[in-house]
Amino acid sequence: MEINFTHHQTAHCENGVISNLMKYKGFEISEPMVFGIGSGLIFCYIPFLKVNHAPAISYRTMPGQIFKKFAKRVGIKIKKEKFKNPQQAEARLNENLEKNNPVGLQVGVYNLVYFPDEYRFHFNAHNLIVFGKENGSYLISDPVMETVTTLTAKELEKVRFAKGAFAPKGHMYYPISFPKELNIKEAIIKGIKNTCRDMLAPVPIIGVNGIRYTAKLIRKWPKKKGVKVANHYLGQIVRMQEEIGTGGGGFRYIYAAFLQESSKILDNNKLADLSKEMTVIGDLWRDFALDASRIYKSRSRSAENDVYNNVASQLEVIADKEEVFFKKLKKAI
Amino acid sequence: MKKSDVPQDKSSLETGKHKELCYAVDENGEYTTAKSSGWQPKTIALDNAIQEINDRIENAKNRVLNNETSPIEYYMELHKMDVGILASYVGLFKWQVKRHFKLKRFNKLSEKTLQKYASIFEISINQLKDIDYGN
Repeated sequence: MEINFTHHQTAHCENGVISNLMKYKGFEISEPMVFGIGSGLIFCYIPFLKVNHAPAISYRTMPGQIFKKFAKRVGIKIKKEKFKNPQQAEARLNENLEKNNPVGLQVGVYNLVYFPDEYRFHFNAHNLIVFGKENGSYLISDPVMETVTTLTAKELEKVRFAKGAFAPKGHMYYPISFPKELNIKEAIIKGIKNTCRDMLAPVPIIGVNGIRYTAKLIRKWPKKKGVKVANHYLGQIVRMQEEIGTGGGGFRYIYAAFLQESSKILDNNKLADLSKEMTVIGDLWRDFALDASRIYKSRSRSAENDVYNNVASQLEVIADKEEVFFKKLKKAI
Repeated sequence: MKKSDVPQDKSSLETGKHKELCYAVDENGEYTTAKSSGWQPKTIALDNAIQEINDRIENAKNRVLNNETSPIEYYMELHKMDVGILASYVGLFKWQVKRHFKLKRFNKLSEKTLQKYASIFEISINQLKDIDYGN
C-alpha cells in the first residue's frame, strides 16, 4: 500500500513534516511559513542539561511546539498519540496507512540506519513521515533527506521507542480537520508577536539575554574548564547553530525568508526591510561560527584568552542587534 | 547569505553523500533554497566531536583492561551514551548504573541484569563480560 505522497526536502525536520503533510492535503505552505507562524525561532541556554558532554544550547523552541502553535494559529486540528506498547503503536500506524493517511512520527536519531554514521547521536526529537508499507518495509519521507527511503518494522520500532531525554514513546501525529480557508494573515501576526516576546523575554537564559549569558560563559571557559573542554563546548555551539537542519545561521535565514514571504501576504514593506536586516544578522552568526572554528580547529592546548573574548564580543554584538531588531519587528506589525 | 555563497566544502566520506538544504538570497534579493555539501567550520566541529568520543572509548577500554571499571562503561561509550541515557534504556537509576561500573558489583550481577545490558548493546553475555571476546 502506498499513498500518493510527494516528498520535498526541507532544512529542518519538524517544519518539514508539517509543510509536507499540509502540501499533501492541498495547502501550499512553505517551510519558512510553518517556522514563522509556529514561532520556532529562539535562543536558549538550557542549564543543567548536557548533550554530548557539553552544554545544551538551542536555536529553536522545544520539540513539538512549532506544530502545536502552527496548528492552533491557522485553525487545524491535530491528533497526537503516544504508546506504552510497541505492538499497539505499530497497529495504529498500519490502521492509518490503510486509511490512506500519512502520519508524522517522532523518532530517535541514533538507530536511524539511513543517516550518515557521524550524525547518529542520541537525539530523540527528530521527525519523519510514514506514507506506506511495501514488502514488509515502511516507506519513509524524512524531510532532511534528499529522497524517500524505507525502514523495516523492526528498525522503525527501535527509533520510535528510543530512550533518554525527550523519549518519543511511539509519538504519532497527523492533522484531522481543516478550516475552509487557513487563517494565514492573523496567524503570521500572532507568530511574529510570540517570537518578539520570546527573544526579548526578561529571563537571563532566553532570547537576547541568553546570547549575552552564553557570551559571558565563553569568556570564562578557558580558565575554568581548560582549553580542551572550552574548545569542545565551542564546537558544540557551532554544531547546534549550523548542523541540525537550521538552514544556516541558527535558523536566522529561514526566519528572514518567512519575513519576506509575510511582507507580500500582509502587503507590509517594513517586513521586507526587516527580512534584509535579519539576513545581515544571520551573516554575523555565520562569521561567529567561522571564527569559533578557527579556535577549535587547532585543538591546541595553549590558545590565548583573547580569541575566546573575541568570539564572545561577537555574540554580544549580535545580541545588541537582535534586541534592536525584535523591538522594531514588534512595532512593524 | 547569497545563493552563490552557499558553501560546498568537502565533508568526510559518509556525510559528503548527504546534501542539506540552506536558505539564501538570489540575485534579485528573493529568498530561495540551495543544497550544500558541507561547510568547514561544522565539519571540523563534527570531526572534533567524533575524535572526542573515540578518545572516551579508548580511555574506557584501557580502564577495563586495567580492571579499573566494568565493561559496561566501555560499551556505554562505544554506543555514544552517557549514564543518563543508559539508565533509561535499562530502566534503572543513574546511581545504580554507576554502581555496575564497579567490578565487584559487576561480577555479582544476575544473568537477568547482564542480559538486559547485553541486549541493549546488541552483544552476547560473553562479549559483555570480556570486551576482547571473540577477537
